[in-house]
Amino acid sequence: MLVFIIRRLLQSMLVLLAVSIVVFVGLYAVGDPVDILLPDDANQSERQAAIRSLGLDKPLITQYGIFLGKAVQGDLGTSFVFNIPSIELILSRMPATLELALCAMVIAVLIGIPLGLWAGLKPGSAADEVITTGSILGFSLPGFWQGLMLIMIFSVWLGWLPSNGRGTTGTIFGIETSFATWDGLRHLLLPAINLALFKLAMMIRLTRAGVRETMPLDFVKFARAKGVSEPRIVLVHVLKNILVPIVTVIGMELGSLIAFSTVTETIFAWPGMGKLIIDSINKLDRPVVVAYLLVVTMMFILINLVVDLLYATLDPRVRLKGVSE
Amino acid sequence: MTEPLLVIRDLETHFDTRQGTVKAVNGVSLEVSRGEVLGLVGESGSGKSITGFSILGLLDPPGRIASGSIRFKGEELVGASQERMRRLRGKDIAMIFQDPMMTLNPVLRIDTQIIEAIQVHDKVSHKAAHARAAEALRRVGIPSPEERLKAYPHQFSGGMRQRVAIAIALLHSPALVIADEPTTALDVTIQAQIIHEMQKLCAESGTALIWITHDLAVIDSMGDRVAVMYAGRIVETGAVRDVIAAPAHPYTRGLIDSVPSRNHRGQRLAQIPGMAPSPLNLPQGCAFNPRCTFADAACQVVPDETDLDNERNGRRVRCFHPIRLAQETVS
Ligand SMILES: Nc1ncnc2c1ncn2[C@@H]1O[C@H](COP(=O)(O)OP(=O)(O)O)[C@@H](O)[C@H]1O
Ligand code: SF4
Ligand SMILES: [Mg+2]
Repeated sequence: MLVFIIRRLLQSMLVLLAVSIVVFVGLYAVGDPVDILLPDDANQSERQAAIRSLGLDKPLITQYGIFLGKAVQGDLGTSFVFNIPSIELILSRMPATLELALCAMVIAVLIGIPLGLWAGLKPGSAADEVITTGSILGFSLPGFWQGLMLIMIFSVWLGWLPSNGRGTTGTIFGIETSFATWDGLRHLLLPAINLALFKLAMMIRLTRAGVRETMPLDFVKFARAKGVSEPRIVLVHVLKNILVPIVTVIGMELGSLIAFSTVTETIFAWPGMGKLIIDSINKLDRPVVVAYLLVVTMMFILINLVVDLLYATLDPRVRLKGVSE
Repeated sequence: MTEPLLVIRDLETHFDTRQGTVKAVNGVSLEVSRGEVLGLVGESGSGKSITGFSILGLLDPPGRIASGSIRFKGEELVGASQERMRRLRGKDIAMIFQDPMMTLNPVLRIDTQIIEAIQVHDKVSHKAAHARAAEALRRVGIPSPEERLKAYPHQFSGGMRQRVAIAIALLHSPALVIADEPTTALDVTIQAQIIHEMQKLCAESGTALIWITHDLAVIDSMGDRVAVMYAGRIVETGAVRDVIAAPAHPYTRGLIDSVPSRNHRGQRLAQIPGMAPSPLNLPQGCAFNPRCTFADAACQVVPDETDLDNERNGRRVRCFHPIRLAQETVS
């Protein structure tokens, strides 16, 4: 097990290196941050000074070399805009994004799996029709539109929930979070639902398909032939079998929720990483963008690792490479 | 005079499909006595499995029992409640399936799967159930059962998996076991071992057995009585010895002639000409008539099951022109 984890972490170093090169070169090609950072009336010598102080006068390869040298020491550069270490900036925004993503995922799983089971067990029934149609809507309506509708209905018309910002936060175990206060929770609800809807549709689809695929299998019939009750067949025999694909998708989707919650964070003015990255891209704040993408890549790698480990516990037939030998 | 353990009368099991109604079981009548081994033989698609599932109430939609009666220990099972059927399954009637790779749940440990089968019918502690599970594995010849209980199905060979399934089926010493081609997926040596042990175990506990197979040779080696099925109907029933020595139905005759061991060396195997009919488009009258060398105008109606004259042992045949011994000596 340990060998497997170490091997995977070493592999991830290579991935991070590759990502950093691609991102660095890509951003270099996009545009010149100096144009955006300096006031329009800045003169030529001010320009030169700014370029030199940001290290942009050196050739690309040297710039990358300097970046890499610092990166291995944990320094991913300093934000052009905020003038603080970019990694610090990102970490300060991370809790807001993480709590939003986790909350969305919990909503999607807790509602999606039961609905998917219900629909899958009664294919063609009215309940199935409603649930499946709903999931198609969840899939096909654009996320930003769903977000605007949520704001319109629950904030503007009904006035039940706030639609802007994070509200009051408290601390739980030393982490600043919206879960700690009632106001925080109220602020969290709409953006979390907005993020959750697509994933919810996906959970429904996945669970429904899994149930439909598993129910006709012989081992279900054999369990019935033993006299096992229907609830136990569904909740133990069937669910445990379809959990493997579900866990994979939860893992992948959790990564994408964390990484790409930008639209929702923008709509709801949620002060998370997604909003930060959009602002940073607009200002061509290269160190922040690079650091952000590296952090996100690392997160994907970690989630993948956890998913693979979960796999092995859920499905006894899966052997982790490097463990069985 | 007590009624036999299982009495099926005019059972019709239908599947309503988009192409039409498939009469998978089309008027089957059968009896099984206590402790008896009945072979249910027929080509693939003849309705053997569906007959078995009908008895246990395990039909998946759109399958349904359209009419007929299934009486088990005098109790009518057609129309019995779901809960009644669930209590019966595994306790009084058990079933074993064809593919041992598929019948055990791949993600649950063997002990989980055996213990749940015990506890669903008997209120016993987990510890007592565990001990019974180990004993059950030992009975079917699985070495070091305590260790094997902790294993997952994929860690067993096909033969061992089928032994586990048999152990589960016999847990509650049911009065009847329906074995649906349980050895078809296994190789010949293991097949013979399992048949032998299954016979022994059922004899010990007085369990009756419906052994479903497409292979008459298997029934020859184990059955008391045989019922031959063709296109959803029983076409011939009788004691195994009688039927194999002198098949009366042309289809049974064809089956016997195509069993390799019964032919003299060097002689070509006789295959039944033609193909099994499509269940959606059965021939008019006797469903075997397009393939039958004895067919004539009379065969355009469905023949009834009739007692073969001068026969005892409940020998019945569904044919207008049954083959008789005398006829055979002439030809
Ligand atoms: N789900 C189903 N839908 C429609 N027809 C079915 C279904 N299951 C079985 N049948 C029909 O029932 C017939 C008998 O099937 P089966 O009992 O499995 O045959 P076998 O004798 O090989 O066990 C098949 O020919 C098939 O056409
Ligand atoms: S009834 Fe006619 S067609 Fe059918 S098996 Fe007998 S002889 Fe052949
Ligand atoms: Mg079958």
